Amino acid sequence: MSTINKTATVPAPRESGHHNGPLLEVKNLHVEFHTRDGVAKAVNGVNYSVDAGETLAVLGESGSGKSVTAQAIMGILDMPPGRIPQGEILFRGEDMLKMSDEERRKIRGRKIAMIFQDALSSLNPVLSVGYQLGEMFRVHQGLSKKDAKLKAIELMDKVKIPAAKARVGDYPHMFSGGMRQRIMIAMALALEPDLIIADEPTTALDVTVQAQVMDLLAELQREYNMGLILITHDLGVVADVADKIAVMYAGRIVEQAPVHELYARPAHPYTRGLLDSIPRLDQKGQELYAIKGLPPNLLKVPTGCAFNPRCPKATDLCRTEVPALAPVTEQDGADLPGRKSACHFWKETIHG
Amino acid sequence: MGRYVVRRLLQMIPVFIGSTFLIFSMMYALPGDPVRALMGDQSFDPERLASIRAELGLDKPLLLQYASYLGNLLQGDFGTEIVSGRPVADIIAAAFPVTIQLTIFAFTFTVLVGVGLGVVAGLRPNSIRDRGLLTLTLVLISMPSFVLGFLMQYLFAFQFELTTATVPEDPAITDMMLPAIVLGSLSLAYVARLTRTSMAENLRADYMRTAVAKGLPRRRIVGVHLMRNSMIPVVTFLGTDIGTLMTGAIVTEGIFNVKGVGGAIYEALFRREGATVVGIASLIILVYLLTSLLVDLLYAVLDPRIRYA
Amino acid sequence: MPDTTDGKMLTAPGPAVTETVAPGPESGPAPAKARSLWSDAWHDLRRQPMFLVSAALIVLLLVISFAPGLFTSASPRHADLANHYLQPPNWGNFFAPDWLGYDGQGRSIYARIVYGARASLTVGIGVTVLVTLLGTLVGMLAGYFGGWADTILSRVTDIFFGIPFLLGALVVLTTFEERTVWVVILALAFLGWTQIARVARGAVITIKQADYVVAAKALGASTSRILLKHILPNALAPIIVVATIALGGYIAAEATLSFLGVGLAEPTVSWGGDVSTGREQLRNAPYVLIVPSVMVSITVLSFLMFGDAVRNALDPKLR
Repeated sequence: MSTINKTATVPAPRESGHHNGPLLEVKNLHVEFHTRDGVAKAVNGVNYSVDAGETLAVLGESGSGKSVTAQAIMGILDMPPGRIPQGEILFRGEDMLKMSDEERRKIRGRKIAMIFQDALSSLNPVLSVGYQLGEMFRVHQGLSKKDAKLKAIELMDKVKIPAAKARVGDYPHMFSGGMRQRIMIAMALALEPDLIIADEPTTALDVTVQAQVMDLLAELQREYNMGLILITHDLGVVADVADKIAVMYAGRIVEQAPVHELYARPAHPYTRGLLDSIPRLDQKGQELYAIKGLPPNLLKVPTGCAFNPRCPKATDLCRTEVPALAPVTEQDGADLPGRKSACHFWKETIHG
Repeated sequence: MGRYVVRRLLQMIPVFIGSTFLIFSMMYALPGDPVRALMGDQSFDPERLASIRAELGLDKPLLLQYASYLGNLLQGDFGTEIVSGRPVADIIAAAFPVTIQLTIFAFTFTVLVGVGLGVVAGLRPNSIRDRGLLTLTLVLISMPSFVLGFLMQYLFAFQFELTTATVPEDPAITDMMLPAIVLGSLSLAYVARLTRTSMAENLRADYMRTAVAKGLPRRRIVGVHLMRNSMIPVVTFLGTDIGTLMTGAIVTEGIFNVKGVGGAIYEALFRREGATVVGIASLIILVYLLTSLLVDLLYAVLDPRIRYA
Repeated sequence: MPDTTDGKMLTAPGPAVTETVAPGPESGPAPAKARSLWSDAWHDLRRQPMFLVSAALIVLLLVISFAPGLFTSASPRHADLANHYLQPPNWGNFFAPDWLGYDGQGRSIYARIVYGARASLTVGIGVTVLVTLLGTLVGMLAGYFGGWADTILSRVTDIFFGIPFLLGALVVLTTFEERTVWVVILALAFLGWTQIARVARGAVITIKQADYVVAAKALGASTSRILLKHILPNALAPIIVVATIALGGYIAAEATLSFLGVGLAEPTVSWGGDVSTGREQLRNAPYVLIVPSVMVSITVLSFLMFGDAVRNALDPKLR
């Protein structure tokens, strides 16, 4: 769906306050993990931002740092071994990394909520879903147990769980995978947060259910005008719902672009590789493209561009110099708003 | 659930019969003979011996003896001691309350201190306090209760003179403290280790991360989300532990001279009073079987994933 | 988990199950992988101070029990009431007969603890071996064949499990007039096999559903081949863990029973029996009781630490 379509249904921004910048802005974020074998640099200077009502898709393989960035935003990184040596995470202009634990706790769940990949293990197995949903209202709004239960039923209706009233006392293992993920979504939505981070919300689901869950998420996002960070490795999921995309590799953003432009004209060989490895009906019978090599070892990231050992176009320059994330322009130098690439040869990639 | 309980109770019957029969048959294989003991050193008359044995039913086959014993037991008749002529029920009535009191003390001590230590250590796995606890419990486990018992007796009664070495005839609650601690210490070590391991494992669970992401206060995350899950194996252990504590009392009661079941069974064993040994053993086995059923039911309450068909 | 003193050995299914190695897929789908579990474990063990210390202590105890004469020239049975009645320890005089003092019958306590090691270790190891063989056999048959075999064997296991260990041992042992080391071993094994049987049964049930067993069956392997080549090697890890930890428990059990007067009796020298003789002098000569008590505890501790280290090494979940 296009952005134009979206703005038509957008209600007035909620409690935007006096802050005029983006809802969330990540600036030069670094995250490293101290392990027995050395320091793993999981995130190496990531910048991105999300506005209210906007969907940012963060794309990357496992180990690209996409989930770690999200966990840093959420404040659920295991520290130690995790550490944030530098960077800022501005929520409504305020750096969350400088807040007290209690201030951050009050933002979690209420202002920023998260949807996890595996709903079965992410929900507490010994507490009823009604209890786990109602807990949000009891803790953050001081509602009574009874009122919280009513709210929980309301939420379950909202995410289209059939017979919500009868099932509110059921336990997570009694639901199907799709229904469980709906409960995760309901939990994230409970307090109508400004921003939702969805970490591979559909990866664990059947293909048929994936679309339903994604549609529900997109629909609710529009309804509440929330910002959404969608973390995924699945290009198919992204195309329908995202406004813009950030592609991550080895802890850095290697390309940033509005969604359709990225698909039409990738400006980084890694993105190109990802797109080429999607099976296509019109190329039936041909050998499927695959990016050669393995994702980098975060303990020993290659020098220069981290992608160089796997890149078909790599030169000596790529092996020594780290390319900066720089604006991408048309051939005539005209601006391409929102587009950036971290490749020495972006021109050749996008126009070649 | 109701059907499950009934089925479990029915399954318990053969186990109860089997276990008590084992003890019964071992008692009757004992080399000593209470009837001869009854006659003391007087001139020994085989005919009289045989007639007494017949009178007591001791000449019948073992299975028949056991069947009639079980039949009497069902009517609440535990039999009588051969030598003293005392009804076994009287002996049990005198000894059981004492041991139950001791067991309850020991159990309370085990739960409070064991779970407490386990939580303290489990919240910080591999910290100094965690390693300290693991070492302490290892030392506790490696001390058989008679070793710990004498150590405590020596320290508290003889060195510091805080208590008397043995428990007086009509014990006050404070007199039972030391025996209860000795009796409970081994279980305490297991409970602490189990709690610790369980907490440390659950601490890494995905739902804990969710609880943090929900913005719950730490007290709630630990108290509700972590504890509910971590206590499941501990409760299982504690249930089976009650029966264990009751037999452990044999040693503890001996050291501190407590007039409970342990002392009664030990004494009866040496006087070859089969009825007393089997009677007390049957009761202990019954307590043990019932508590393990109770634990299984509690398990279902704590863990909704367990379903009983 | 098991201890014994309080019959815990037979009544602690909870931790026995949760703390032991998860069998099945992690244990390795093929012999090659199973070997890597063991070599991994060995690699881990060599670095653990707890393992090294306990292994060294166990070796020392084994040497003492095989050749007690190497450690003392005094006889444990030589009583000299006239000269040595309750003679207190001479702490500085290491390894001399009077090092740890003399007991109420004028016997060298040092000689007695040296000669007492053999009984403790023989009982501990003997019971563990018997229990492991019997328990594994019963557990494997019940777990693999299921159905009626399982129902009957499990009921029998339940019945033995239902008898508190210490109580059962007391009753069994009083039936014997002469209680040698072998009688004690047989009595404890008779009551103690159920724990291993339960662990083995659980492990076998998990493993028999594994793909590699199904595949072996599909390829026409015989039942005995499947049991010995595929199931046993993979079920071994949890069994070994439970058995090593139980070993310490059996040593404590022997000491407790000897202390109660139904275990080993003179002329066999046993630490538990010595604790029992020492109790009358607890007030004025505490060392008579304390020295053998400490020996029992150190020995049990060594085996517990050893078992703990083995469990940590064999349990992939704890890594």
